[in-house]
Amino acid sequence: MPTAKPLPVNLSNDQIDEFGREMDAIYEETLASRGEKDRLYILRLIRTQRSMALGGRILIYLGLLFLPAFSHALASWGSALIVMTLGVVLLGIAKILENMEIAHNVLHAQWDWMKDPEIQSNTWEWDNMSPSDRWMHSHNVVHHTWTNVVGKDLDVGYGIMRVTPMQEWEPKFLMQPIWFVLLMLLFEEGVALHEQVIIDVVEGKKDSKELRPIMKHIGRKVWGQVRKDYIMWPLAAALMALPAAMFVSVSPISIFLLVAVANGVANIIRNVWAFIIIFCGHFPEGVYSFTPDQVEGESKGQWYLRQLLGSANIQGGPLFHVLSGNLSHQIEHHLFPDLCSNRYPELSPRIQALAARYGLPYNTASIWRQFGTTWRNNLRLALPGGKMPPKVATV
Amino acid sequence: MYTNNKNNENSWLNRLTTITDMFAFPLKTSHYVELVNPLWTTHKMQAQVVEVWDETKDSRTITLKAGANWRKHRAGQHVRVGISVDGRQYTRTYTISSPPERDDGCFTITVKVIDGGRISRHIVRNLKVGDYIPVGLPQGDFYLPDASPIQPLFITAGSGITPAMSMLRSLIAQQRLPDSVHIHFAPNEFDVIFARELRQMSIQQKYYHLHEVHTRDFGEDKQTKAYFNLDQLQRFCPDWKERDCYACGPASLLSSLEKVWGEAGLSNKLHIERFLAEFAEVPSDAVGGKVRFAKSGIEVEADSETNLLRIAEDAGMNPPHGCRMGICHTCNTKLKSGCVRDLRTGELLNEVGAIVQTCVCATAGDCELDL
Ligand code: FES
Repeated sequence: MPTAKPLPVNLSNDQIDEFGREMDAIYEETLASRGEKDRLYILRLIRTQRSMALGGRILIYLGLLFLPAFSHALASWGSALIVMTLGVVLLGIAKILENMEIAHNVLHAQWDWMKDPEIQSNTWEWDNMSPSDRWMHSHNVVHHTWTNVVGKDLDVGYGIMRVTPMQEWEPKFLMQPIWFVLLMLLFEEGVALHEQVIIDVVEGKKDSKELRPIMKHIGRKVWGQVRKDYIMWPLAAALMALPAAMFVSVSPISIFLLVAVANGVANIIRNVWAFIIIFCGHFPEGVYSFTPDQVEGESKGQWYLRQLLGSANIQGGPLFHVLSGNLSHQIEHHLFPDLCSNRYPELSPRIQALAARYGLPYNTASIWRQFGTTWRNNLRLALPGGKMPPKVATV
Repeated sequence: MYTNNKNNENSWLNRLTTITDMFAFPLKTSHYVELVNPLWTTHKMQAQVVEVWDETKDSRTITLKAGANWRKHRAGQHVRVGISVDGRQYTRTYTISSPPERDDGCFTITVKVIDGGRISRHIVRNLKVGDYIPVGLPQGDFYLPDASPIQPLFITAGSGITPAMSMLRSLIAQQRLPDSVHIHFAPNEFDVIFARELRQMSIQQKYYHLHEVHTRDFGEDKQTKAYFNLDQLQRFCPDWKERDCYACGPASLLSSLEKVWGEAGLSNKLHIERFLAEFAEVPSDAVGGKVRFAKSGIEVEADSETNLLRIAEDAGMNPPHGCRMGICHTCNTKLKSGCVRDLRTGELLNEVGAIVQTCVCATAGDCELDL
């Protein structure tokens, strides 16, 4: 079925179909080759991640023993902060790994094929304020189905930003550089509130009654997260400091605050990193957006095409890819969202070659370029106007 | 699938973990305990392979050390184990072959390679000491009664010997082995699992009478000698009508036993353990239909013979399951509407709210399940 308004490429429908068949072939070949190696990868990763999280928390606690109050040879604010910072960074990285390379991909059902009851999309709960099932709806269903379709994909601007000239300018977008920074710092909270219903209620399209069960559900998850990072761990440290306070001048209250702040910083590290990687996946220069009538009656080939044009990769080494949850392979992820992420790196050159044969762009660049142009677009689009990406001239 | 929540006797421990779980949210304390020792976890149950021993050329006894929350089995019960082959996890059920009297927290399963069986082959050939595998709790009602002293007749074939072995070992350990007759079938004398122990028992235990029947000549591929029949039974165990018979083995053997005991009007004295559900014949006018999985919102066409578990899995779902042969009830779900057929009995289920074991039921017309 032809689309009402063609995609911005000079390919005939037959060519697009053939392109889709080639994509299917790559997908199926990779699916069939999954095996023990992949299982060991995810099991090891999970074990490593949990050890790091625990290690980070222990280091933060250890840092407390170097506070000047303990007046041993090594005690000083300097050494306390160094040890605590190490712990914070380790915990931050653990949270990044959990959210990105593990949970994001598990929740995409990438590991369901193993039938390991521990690693299933329908039971995994992630270390994030957003409950897994809500996120799976807004992300897997809404975003992945309607990738970059203005008005359908909630991720286009997250309801507060103008990320493509196809969105009409409104005065509220003048604020968007501020939203950009705030969202970066509070990304986790933003994701938790990333719900169509909330927008509908705010815009008065729905009654606030419809919001209540969802907010309750989200609230329970948020409470669990807050309790862990900002109550339990700090409280346990403060309780341990209580007896010490009889002999040295440590205040359990400041111990509580130190640990709470440390955990908060770890959360912010994760937020900023996730934000950067995710924004680089859809909003740098050269990424296409679409109108709802362009996707009407879309064929599989056209769907692949839209995913390719609507996503962008980030270049980097293997460690960088793991830390970005392989969302540095955003293109491969959008083409094959339920394929184990550890396979994206090997697919990348094949997809790139395929795109080249059809004369299609394959948007990949360093993180500096991708994030730089994302920022530039953000500033430019705060004002009216803006330039659309050019139509793709194909071979 | 392997979780277990029986912990009531340790309620202080429960209360403690409710608090420590807050530190681990959204995980559980047990997920971190697993990093230290996988046998201490409580969110799932695992066992570690501590010894492997070849019984015959194609069967192996695996000694497993069970983790936290394990409970002692009764001789004759079976256990589910999870095995990963090529990255995919499969669940199979095996009888525990060790007696419950063993008190080092270990138990054994004895596995024979089934022709063309990928999982049994993997267990026998690839499982090695140190591996951890998920296990379930012991289950099943094929065990000797505690109280009433009975005179057992064991009829076993091939790896069907495992529950009888556990029972015999248990009775001997308790020093209360009654007068027992054991007829065991195996292709030839080198294929007898536990051969040495059995033969030794028959020398040392004056109440234990073993009759081995080897159905092939050595080196032959085909069965050359008689399998089970009534004459043979009369010969080995003239008082078989007075005894309680415990039998385990291939379906063909079990159905001939059922016939003999049935004709003698003694069906209640025959206790059988099956390892493959035997299916009733699907009537020729049976129809398939649309299966709707209510929670997943998936609807697919199904025929009248394929079990609903398979249908769901082929539709990309991963519903809970264990044994896949109708014994563990892990796969239970509710019928929301329509009609399904129990493939074992041919019985139709059509009451709303009826419990459906998806692994042994197929659709009979349209149906909707709570999955
Ligand atoms: S899976 Fe065990 S009864 Fe169905």
